[in-house]
Amino acid sequence: MAEVAEQTKKAAKGSVVISAERCKGCGFCVEFCPPEVLELASEYNSKGYHTPILVKRDQCTGCDICGMVCPDFAIYGYIMKKKTKEA
Amino acid sequence: MPEELYEIEANIPANPIEEYLRMDRMPHIWCPGCGIGTTVNCFVRALQTSGLDLDKVAMVSGIGCTGRVAGYMNLDSFHTTHGRAIPFATGLKLANPELKVVVYSGDGDLTAIGGNHFIHAARRNMDITVILINNMIYGMTGGQVAPTTPVGATASTTPHGNFEETFNLPFLAESCGAVYVARWTAHHVRHLTKSIKEALAKKGFSFIEILAPCPTLYSRRNKLGDGLDQMEFYRDHSQIKNGADTKTVALEFQGDIVVGKFVDKERPTYLQAMNQHYQKKFGDRYVPSEEMRKVFHA
Ligand SMILES: Cc1ncc(C[n+]2csc(CCOP(=O)(O)OP(=O)(O)O)c2C)c(N)n1
Ligand code: SF4
Ligand code: SF4
Ligand code: SF4
Ligand SMILES: [Mg+2]
Repeated sequence: MAEVAEQTKKAAKGSVVISAERCKGCGFCVEFCPPEVLELASEYNSKGYHTPILVKRDQCTGCDICGMVCPDFAIYGYIMKKKTKEA
Repeated sequence: MPEELYEIEANIPANPIEEYLRMDRMPHIWCPGCGIGTTVNCFVRALQTSGLDLDKVAMVSGIGCTGRVAGYMNLDSFHTTHGRAIPFATGLKLANPELKVVVYSGDGDLTAIGGNHFIHAARRNMDITVILINNMIYGMTGGQVAPTTPVGATASTTPHGNFEETFNLPFLAESCGAVYVARWTAHHVRHLTKSIKEALAKKGFSFIEILAPCPTLYSRRNKLGDGLDQMEFYRDHSQIKNGADTKTVALEFQGDIVVGKFVDKERPTYLQAMNQHYQKKFGDRYVPSEEMRKVFHA
């Protein structure tokens, strides 16, 4: 188990920031994310749209395809800068 | 102790698009699944890496859903009357040749009411970049037929289907003299960004047609599903053919879509031609303006 965790930690290169209130639930980000790490949540935002969540945290590459396809400027990806705990 | 990787809040970058938009105007008016916003992302990312001085970039739009783009961009911008984005942009460029002038507007605005301006700006090789969002109808006013509506598609004014010949826009632009001509769809975000960057760097009339979903008025009326269905269609039915003969890239109703860069050539821009002509004609008696000299000696 620990090994898997260690591997996945290394694999996670990127992450996303989601502004759920801007989202209109079109699903572009979910469909066109190359490693398919997003899903639309079953919850709604205040306008009644299902908004994306990052479900496979360890597999996001930070490629920002989601940010480029999102017509509502509601999500973007970035490459994480990582640091060791000691540093 | 093994190296533990974790993220620091302070390292999370801000949304790259925000400094390029007038955030006080958000949320924008576009419907869920409308492709216009997607193209704006690509434009902004191209602008970011273009090296252009943003104080010398101006954007002009006409009227329509796409016409809203100029008003949303945090650039010097102007929202002209319907169809008149290109003449306004031409005036800007001639008065201040140092500017990089971008026209961002709809298929109806640029090729129906504004069609005459389009062909003459291309003919003159006016040094502007024209980005045309083709959703195949007049979106803003209720989905009326446009010169870009495919034969057989239904629009609000052609309830039994359109029977008028459709403009093949890359062919039109090339025949009129555009020096850079490309077509992409809202699905081709990476290619499109690269193409916009090239168009911005090009001297002369550069033209990019971008197919984008209008789920509210085009897709729904034609029973093509929503914006995502249209984007999936672009993904599954586009063929990249750089250098394709523009005669062969006409669009058909739900037919295959040829995308790519079709034309990238050189010829004197309007201002270059004018200067050359007057220099030849009048010799030393011809003194170009200070602004003009800056541009020609850059
Ligand atoms: C002189 C004039 N005629 C007609 C109109 C009505 N009008 C507004 S937008 C538009 C068409 C817009 O179509 P397009 O350029 O394709 O933009 P879209 O909304 O599809 O992005 C028309 C006919 C107008 N505003 N002004
Ligand atoms: S940044 Fe790339 S990998 Fe991560 S969610 Fe967005 S599209 Fe998917
Ligand atoms: S692409 Fe944007 S608007 Fe569409 S579901 Fe994803 S975050 Fe929401
Ligand atoms: S009407 Fe069509 S083009 Fe206009 S905002 Fe809605 S989806 Fe976009
Ligand atoms: Mg239109």
